Amino acid sequence: MAVANETPVAAGKGAAAERRRSSFARLVFVILAKDLRAELRTKEAVNASLAFAVVILVLFNFAFDLDDPATRMIVGGLLWLVFAFAGTLVLNRSFARELPNDCLDALVAAPVSGAALFLGKALANYVLVLAVELVSLPVFGIFYNVWFPFGQMLIVLSLGTWGITVIGTVFSALTVNIRLREVMLPMLTYPMLVPALMAAMVMTADLAAGTSIWNQMTWLKVLVGFDVLYTAAALALVETVLVG
Amino acid sequence: MREKILYGLGVVALLLLARNIYVIAGFPPEAAQGAIFKIIFFHVPAAMTGMVAGTVAMIASVLFLVTKNFKYDALAVAVTEVGLAFLAANLVTGSLWGRVIWGIWWTWDARLTSALVCWLLYAGYLMLRHAIEEPTQRATFAAVFSIFAFLDIPIVIMSIRWFRTQHPGPVFFSSTGSFPHDWTMVMMWNWLALLMLGTVMTMIRLRQEETQREIDYVRRMAHAL
Amino acid sequence: MTAVTVDGVWKFYGDYPALRDVRLDADAGACLALIGRNGAGKTTLLRTIAGFSKPGKGAIRIFGQEPRETETRRNIGVIGHGIAVYDELSAYENLTLYARLYGLADPRRAALEWLEQTGLERVRDGLVREFSRGMRQRLAVARAFLHNPSVLLLDEPFTALDDRAIAVLQRLLREALANGKTVIMSTHQLREALELSTHVALLNRGAVAFHGACTAEMVADPGWVYARYGD
Repeated sequence: MAVANETPVAAGKGAAAERRRSSFARLVFVILAKDLRAELRTKEAVNASLAFAVVILVLFNFAFDLDDPATRMIVGGLLWLVFAFAGTLVLNRSFARELPNDCLDALVAAPVSGAALFLGKALANYVLVLAVELVSLPVFGIFYNVWFPFGQMLIVLSLGTWGITVIGTVFSALTVNIRLREVMLPMLTYPMLVPALMAAMVMTADLAAGTSIWNQMTWLKVLVGFDVLYTAAALALVETVLVG
Repeated sequence: MREKILYGLGVVALLLLARNIYVIAGFPPEAAQGAIFKIIFFHVPAAMTGMVAGTVAMIASVLFLVTKNFKYDALAVAVTEVGLAFLAANLVTGSLWGRVIWGIWWTWDARLTSALVCWLLYAGYLMLRHAIEEPTQRATFAAVFSIFAFLDIPIVIMSIRWFRTQHPGPVFFSSTGSFPHDWTMVMMWNWLALLMLGTVMTMIRLRQEETQREIDYVRRMAHAL
Repeated sequence: MTAVTVDGVWKFYGDYPALRDVRLDADAGACLALIGRNGAGKTTLLRTIAGFSKPGKGAIRIFGQEPRETETRRNIGVIGHGIAVYDELSAYENLTLYARLYGLADPRRAALEWLEQTGLERVRDGLVREFSRGMRQRLAVARAFLHNPSVLLLDEPFTALDDRAIAVLQRLLREALANGKTVIMSTHQLREALELSTHVALLNRGAVAFHGACTAEMVADPGWVYARYGD
């Protein structure tokens, strides 16, 4: 009996081209593009996140007297609370968007490694959360007349947001099937993020006070260390979470 | 046989505790803080026992992921619960201490803050377990979370300590203060007593987990018929 | 040659065995119909063969390899209970996505070809959430066949299909079998399935109660296997 299309035997150009097409980076990009396209078509999570951020920023005005220069000290902390809460709205959707129609099964069945799937989704989340933050920053500046040196602030934003994204994306996978997912995700994520949020808050407060983040490298190191450690842990363990 | 070991261990632990309390009561009150200072003999070992529990939980989680044997999952949850209890004891004794010394129920002392964050981390572990019904998925996801939590502990402790050096706050017990050698010995004995107690509690909880799994098994079998 | 081997597989949920010592195989070109009551373990078995979960004991071999091997995954097509396509994307976007995930040489051409095969070429740019039930099912079929897999694992594929979709699926399955592909399909629609099947396996509470060739007797009276080997 003629048997077409057996297990592909690696031979010659065909296999090499296929390996390029299925390279890790290429697959990460495919997943990233898919998540971004799906989100930007509906814009549900991003809009909710942005609206939430703006509302909280308005509410701060009633809680604190931010004209008082002493309260400018707490500015760094406030901003990262806003980013953490608004970010969770985006991160919640991350694996949850794969649930309708059992899309997650199809992704797991595809010849894509768990690490590629995770990284693609994490990067998509990163882009979305960063976008919300970059829009919130000028809003914050306008409301409270607090402006940050852009270059250094971008560094703190990038590193802090990556920490939030990595943990949030992994935990989005951990909580995808459980009851009360929207509540569980923040409750699990925030304690784990304490060091990263603390570092980001301190550095942002320093920037608001006019000092440079380069003066005190400790917090930068904490943030970088946190990001590296948890990216590695996530890449190592995500396959277990997806397939078990 | 196992029962006898458990009882024996429990009795020894309680006797050791009783003896320690007697010795501690005999110590003179500390110069600066008075009698309340003696709470340190329970406050510190409770935290140390909690840390040991977290380490055992991480090891059990890794072993579960590698072997898929549910006894490691049972160990992980049992030891985490016991560790949470000891951490809570640390927080409560710390709060009492602060109340007596400074008149307030809570201070953001570096160690106390770290203990609180660790408590929240592991409380999250229990919440996650509670929310997943299917046993294999529950064990797997909880194991991954436990590993993540364990990795966080050193970072949490260090970063909170740095924060407190930049923004100084109250400190219960500075390490530069002198702590007499024989007091250190009693603290260690107390730690041993608490470790033994913790082991007994873990084993009782383990027994409970096994029974629960048997019940679940029988229930599923019944549903299948 | 043997395409799929299920060798002494046990699957546990906690301590409860959902699959008990399942031994089956399917050759290239064979179509195995998995039948059994609800809760017998058909879905669990298909998901274990597909590699969604690992067996507690025993092994699955697909062309001699583990199901989770990357090359093996390239060769498996799955239709589960959900259609596994994204509502927010168009039919064309969905198929090109999967074509890229499977590393196909020309994702666009493959997507267009399979849109034609399933009669969806006119709605290629329509968003899936606007599709009718039958159209969604046909897209699911296109997704499963897109990368030309050697092994097709289908979980109750005929359930809730409209007539047109049933015809499409039967045609595609006949062509696939003629090309030497292997099909394992669980089903309650005994008549449609047994017409295509070469072999039948009956699962009862996680164990194989019957496994053998599909006879004319079975096609004529689909309940025969249940009556003889079920309980």
